[in-house]
Amino acid sequence: MLEIVEQQLLAPAGLEQRHLDLVLDHLMGHQIDFADVYFQSSRLEAWTLEDGIVKEGAYSIEQGAGIRAISGEKTGFAYTDELQLPNLLEAAGTARAIAHAGQNRTVAIAEASTGHQLYAATNPLDTLSGSDKIALLHQVEQEARRQDPRVKQVIANLVAAYDMVLVAGSDGVLRSDIRPLVRMNVHVIVEQGDLREQGTAGAGGRTSLDFFNHDERGLELARDAARQALVNLRAVDAPAGSMPVVLGPGWPGVLLHEAIGHGLEGDFNRKGTSAFAGRMGESVASPLCTVVDDGTLAERRGSLNMDDEGTTTQQTVLIEKGILKGYMQDKHNASLMGVSSTGNGRRESYAHLPMPRMTNTYMLAGERDPQEIIASVKKGLYAVNFGGGQVDITSGKFVFSASEAYLIENGKVTEPVKGATLIGNGPQVLNLVSMVGNDLELDAGIGVCGKEGQSVPVGVGQPTLKVDELTIGGTV
Amino acid sequence: MRAFDHKAKYAQLQQLAEDVLAEAGRQGASSAEVAAHSDMGLSATVRLGEPETIEHTRDNSLSISVYMGQHKGSASTAELSTAAIHEAVSAACSIAKQTAEDPCAGLADAELMATEFPDLELYHPWDIDIEGALEMALECEAAARDYDPRITNSEGATLNTGGAVGVYGNTHGFVHGYPSSRHSLSCSVIAQQGESMQRDYWYTSARSAAALDAAVDIGERAAQRAIARLDGRKLKTRQAPVLFRAEIAAGLLGSLVHAISGSALYRRATFLLDALDTPIFPDWVNIEENPFVMQGLSSAAFDAEGVATSRRKLVSEGILKGYVLGSYSARKLDLQTTGNAGGVRNLSIQMGELDFDALLKTMHTGLVVTELMGQGVNAITGDYSRGASGFWVENGEIQYPVEEITIAGNLKTMFQQLQAVGNDDDYPGSTRTGSWLIESMMIAGE
Repeated sequence: MLEIVEQQLLAPAGLEQRHLDLVLDHLMGHQIDFADVYFQSSRLEAWTLEDGIVKEGAYSIEQGAGIRAISGEKTGFAYTDELQLPNLLEAAGTARAIAHAGQNRTVAIAEASTGHQLYAATNPLDTLSGSDKIALLHQVEQEARRQDPRVKQVIANLVAAYDMVLVAGSDGVLRSDIRPLVRMNVHVIVEQGDLREQGTAGAGGRTSLDFFNHDERGLELARDAARQALVNLRAVDAPAGSMPVVLGPGWPGVLLHEAIGHGLEGDFNRKGTSAFAGRMGESVASPLCTVVDDGTLAERRGSLNMDDEGTTTQQTVLIEKGILKGYMQDKHNASLMGVSSTGNGRRESYAHLPMPRMTNTYMLAGERDPQEIIASVKKGLYAVNFGGGQVDITSGKFVFSASEAYLIENGKVTEPVKGATLIGNGPQVLNLVSMVGNDLELDAGIGVCGKEGQSVPVGVGQPTLKVDELTIGGTV
Repeated sequence: MRAFDHKAKYAQLQQLAEDVLAEAGRQGASSAEVAAHSDMGLSATVRLGEPETIEHTRDNSLSISVYMGQHKGSASTAELSTAAIHEAVSAACSIAKQTAEDPCAGLADAELMATEFPDLELYHPWDIDIEGALEMALECEAAARDYDPRITNSEGATLNTGGAVGVYGNTHGFVHGYPSSRHSLSCSVIAQQGESMQRDYWYTSARSAAALDAAVDIGERAAQRAIARLDGRKLKTRQAPVLFRAEIAAGLLGSLVHAISGSALYRRATFLLDALDTPIFPDWVNIEENPFVMQGLSSAAFDAEGVATSRRKLVSEGILKGYVLGSYSARKLDLQTTGNAGGVRNLSIQMGELDFDALLKTMHTGLVVTELMGQGVNAITGDYSRGASGFWVENGEIQYPVEEITIAGNLKTMFQQLQAVGNDDDYPGSTRTGSWLIESMMIAGE
């Protein structure tokens, strides 16, 4: 893999390994503790169907190198989209200005280490021909329209990205990764008289575009988006106030991402700005809850062979049977906290600094039959699909917006309700989990996580679970 | 930082745009458009009185759309090497050969291209070095930390400064651009009292350094905001009037713009379908777009398709008078573009007579919202449900902070139930509004 990446990424710019040594040498002054260079080259292609025609296609190119120098808690950073040695040396000189220059230290890059191979190193843009991509979008659209005459508009997107990265660090790391990523989204608008509603469905992963032809995955997205839109047409006003909430399996795991995931990222805890800071070893959830972050799941959207600092990804136990066990770390925060990186150092691109980020975050399965969980609720909400969420890691308050939800009345799922925002307190909410299902699912591969202006793909998951009390932002 | 030679950059991007248009023609495009952008900046962050991060930013981008008859293809590159540009143009042409014929596709009409290019004073480079930037950020953070002993921690203060050049060109022969600058200073601190820990921030942003608010004021306001939130309570679920603080009310104007934008309209994906020339607000509401504000954060004489922008009323005496259209959505709707490819420019609502305190008195009892969380707005139905925090008001006075509640309603009704707009537009940003008092919303809590 390293050879392929060196050949495709470095060779066209006339760069060899010895040049990386030169750049790192230039970065390392005596007050610099750590430095790295991150090369990236990506290609992305997106096709859009609307009004029954594939009317748009877009192709994008991104290439450059980001150069970082760290001295204690200080970081200097510069990047360039010109991969020539003089540009790299100039950026290195700028980045290292964070610490006053001193005697130079020589860096030797170690032999490349090996890790796991969680996805094929192929370019997904080439995995279907142009006409097959267009045909797939048309099939999806027709399937959505076939569901019901009330389907009036179908917008379908198909995106494939090919990302090649190489990291060289002053700690001897020299590693590369080739990261395919595909995604399809279907948005359906339905009309019935004066009523209009919408439904969306998406899926994807680190694989080829053929993914959407297998097992009718693309068609299934069309059916699901249409079904949701039609359900929303007959939705009644959502209730307002606090009540028990049963969350369905899979994507509702966005609860974990917001309520506790961000709060357990190393940077916030090093700085003491998280509501979870200093609580390692304490009980932060009901004993039914074990939550992990796992970057090692084959072909998952949030998975990586290595993070963006060249650390092999791993499964990190965040909460074990209710006890806080671990934070997610990148190299910088880990070294300042005296621990090891957990392979969570991620960045949006070469033009952004890495920081601790989630990969695939999910709760392990419990023992309850999901039907039993629903049956235990006298009056509450059953939420199976969500839009986005948000958290204030300091106060611990978080929200996530239900896009498909139903009332539970006397243990039975009854009417669908309109979308509503749910709000809770991160450090409290998992203590209110009273039942955990045996039906763990991961989401279909659509998550995008934003932090400090940087977006990265992530995964979430959970089994069906019951939270005894959450505030539901309805209108009645 | 290394100087940003905007004149040389402009000449380079202009040449690049012309070359790319010519290359598209050679590859068979019947028309094409290109946008090229280059910027350079510095970002200096301090935390707890020490420098934390120095970032040098330098971004380039070029995006091209080609048309082969009514078939469209697009591509972009964040790298301006000859090889990358060639790859992008080829990719766009190859895509255009595969997309379907779309009768609405194409450049904006030639006669709509801007012909006047007034100097809107958008470029004010700031000759500040790393030491100077750090010093200003340090002053800002220190003002916040020294403001009150309850400010116990900090996420830091950041000074950003940058210059940019953007050029847009198309095969009507239009190739124009301009330099611009943007500087900002922000601060985020944490207040603590007992078990309660709250974070808040404030910032200032402007085209010129001289127009930035003082570093000390930014720090102090961040501290005041964080402290004011300490010991927030939940509310009991109830119906009550809601006062959206000015910076939050700007988001309601954003929802309005989304609802009257071309793509939402032609997809029939808006709660304001067929609302043109109908009352959507009370009759005292006037909303204007002015692309020609001097030093305005979103001022421009032409839009993202080269179309001349214009100063106009979106809402007059409560009646919706205009949509927000680019040429594509305009053709889909059988209308004329409004010069809004790329968005609205410097929106403002006519301010009322009341300041914030007078609005509290008018409301008497209700909720002041100072922060919203989540994306709970259904653009098709107007259904609105968001996480909120703010203050509970009784007898026209703030009683205590509230948090972990939601507010819900429907935007169509909320617009109709707008009771007052204050004159307290004391926040940064290109949208100008005072606080909005809405008659009644559902608040969910305990």
